[in-house]
Amino acid sequence: MIWLGIDTANTPLSVAIVKDGTVLAEVNSSMAVNHSLRAMSTIEELFATVQLQPKEIDAIAVSEGPGSYTGVRIGVTIAKTLAWTLKKPLVGVSSLKTLAANAFYFDGAICPIVDARRNNVYAGLYEYEDGHLNAIKEDGHFAIEDLLDSLKEYERPVLYIGKDVAMHEVAIREKMGENAIIAPFPLQLPRASSLIHMAQQSEREENIHAFTPEYRRIAEAEANWLMQQRKDKASE
Amino acid sequence: MTTDIYILGIETSCDETAASIIKNGHEIVSNIVASQIESQKRFGGVVPEIASRHHVEQITLVIEEALHVAGLEPADLNAVAVTEGPGLVGALLIGINAAKAFAFANGLPIIGVHHIAGHIYANQLMQQMEFPLLALIVSGGHTELVYMKDHGSFELIGETRDDAAGEAYDKVARVLGLPYPGGPQIDKLALASDDAVDFPRAWLEPDSYDFSFSGLKSAVINYKHNIEQKGGTIVPEHVAAGFQKSVIEVLTAKTVRAAKQYDVKQVIAAGGVAANKGLRASLDAAFEQENIPFYVPPISFCTDNAAMIAAAGTPMYMAGVRGDMSMNGRPGMQLTSWNE
Ligand SMILES: Nc1ncnc2c1ncn2[C@@H]1O[C@H](COP(=O)(O)OP(=O)(O)OP(=O)(O)O)[C@@H](O)[C@H]1O
Ligand SMILES: [Mg+2]
Repeated sequence: MIWLGIDTANTPLSVAIVKDGTVLAEVNSSMAVNHSLRAMSTIEELFATVQLQPKEIDAIAVSEGPGSYTGVRIGVTIAKTLAWTLKKPLVGVSSLKTLAANAFYFDGAICPIVDARRNNVYAGLYEYEDGHLNAIKEDGHFAIEDLLDSLKEYERPVLYIGKDVAMHEVAIREKMGENAIIAPFPLQLPRASSLIHMAQQSEREENIHAFTPEYRRIAEAEANWLMQQRKDKASE
Repeated sequence: MTTDIYILGIETSCDETAASIIKNGHEIVSNIVASQIESQKRFGGVVPEIASRHHVEQITLVIEEALHVAGLEPADLNAVAVTEGPGLVGALLIGINAAKAFAFANGLPIIGVHHIAGHIYANQLMQQMEFPLLALIVSGGHTELVYMKDHGSFELIGETRDDAAGEAYDKVARVLGLPYPGGPQIDKLALASDDAVDFPRAWLEPDSYDFSFSGLKSAVINYKHNIEQKGGTIVPEHVAAGFQKSVIEVLTAKTVRAAKQYDVKQVIAAGGVAANKGLRASLDAAFEQENIPFYVPPISFCTDNAAMIAAAGTPMYMAGVRGDMSMNGRPGMQLTSWNE
């Protein structure tokens, strides 16, 4: 069984090919380069490296978000187009779960964090149990203060993971004290091989055409429009 | 022995998700367009983030449908042509990345097409383009006169210095309280009107082929403002008719003058505003009188579609133009010749 994994949900890019439980090749980078320049060309190089043809893969795993809207869409568009035209199964995995998977055997809660600007983050809370990484708090978009308040009630050590954790490290350490553990740099980038590992334990998408990113946030124009609708209703 | 050339076109530069297959550069084998107008209407215009979200939902469906209607397999295709720019960058990226993934999976070359080259080549779907040729491009983002001495050779001889014609239509429509998109609404009102307000014409310098529509737009706003300040109300039909008359007169006169100066064999119109009934009639009449063949595609091929992208992609394919897996969206892409 040969898997292709793609993560372009945030600044880092990760692409991997895994065959029968072995990583044949993986490319990771966290340069702020437009994913449209690098994603497909890296995939092309990867196939050349492992000397496989596109049609030889058996399944595709993709990071479905949350993250940068454009970034997530590039990965999802590539993955769903490949899966549809090659007639292979597609599995979407949370970008946050993919990050948390870097600390797969950590004994405690894992909080993957991706910065969402203006003191907001995308975050989730995961825990390793019986060979599975389970979500104990749904992925979402939070003000960093609110997220930390809710984690404080948890009263246990939490591992913070992701390259954007550094931006919020002071706030985390201040609020969580002893219970704050910050993952070291080798664990901070999402890895497509981890993504594939998680995908192997997940359900495949039933309808590839209908597969879309998990934005975890409604578009601003739509939010404003909904608010206006509510106002109009109230004043009727 | 001649073999047929099949090009898959993909277009996602604005608010239509489209795919089409064209045979030998002119025969429409399939042409699928998924429009977002119904969703975007509530915002009174195209919201880029919403456009991108819709494109991801539709992209593989429209490509599948284009293949299905054509009764073709990916292996039957020669290349994939995709709009590389200009347009909304987030929207362009969906078509481009789908095109790259599809091309890679099926071992096909990829070709990046300029959206306006696409609008021009929509004419190739109706009749052979004959050179030298003059193209009037009037769309939501462009108002240009382009001289072509051959396939893939583009010389810009005039362009708008401010608003594009379609942009002016949409803005004036908003002033008149008409729903988005405003162009067709104004066209309808203008044609039904028995009178027209007199608005200025922007001729610019006597020998210029450039256009300007922002002064006209301001004149409409001022006209409405003045009447309303005196407690009156405007007659939207008369305003629409006056505005349309001013736009059409300038577009027609400059296009005719350029066609004569450049001594072209054919004149074509393209882009969303070329769907305008008043403009089509005016250009038709003017070139009939000048005895220069004039063509404009049917309305569904004036607005954004992928057939025009595949039609432009075909001579590019034959000329050996190729993109690669690092193709990026180019929101400000310039129309440059591929055949110089
Ligand atoms: N009958 C009509 N009369 C006038 N304008 C029209 C008519 N039908 C459509 N339009 C205008 O055409 C424009 C849309 O055209 P088109 O789809 O070619 O533009 P675009 O793709 O947004 O811009 P561009 O092609 O320059 O990137 C809109 O401004 C719309 O109001
Ligand atoms: Mg257009």
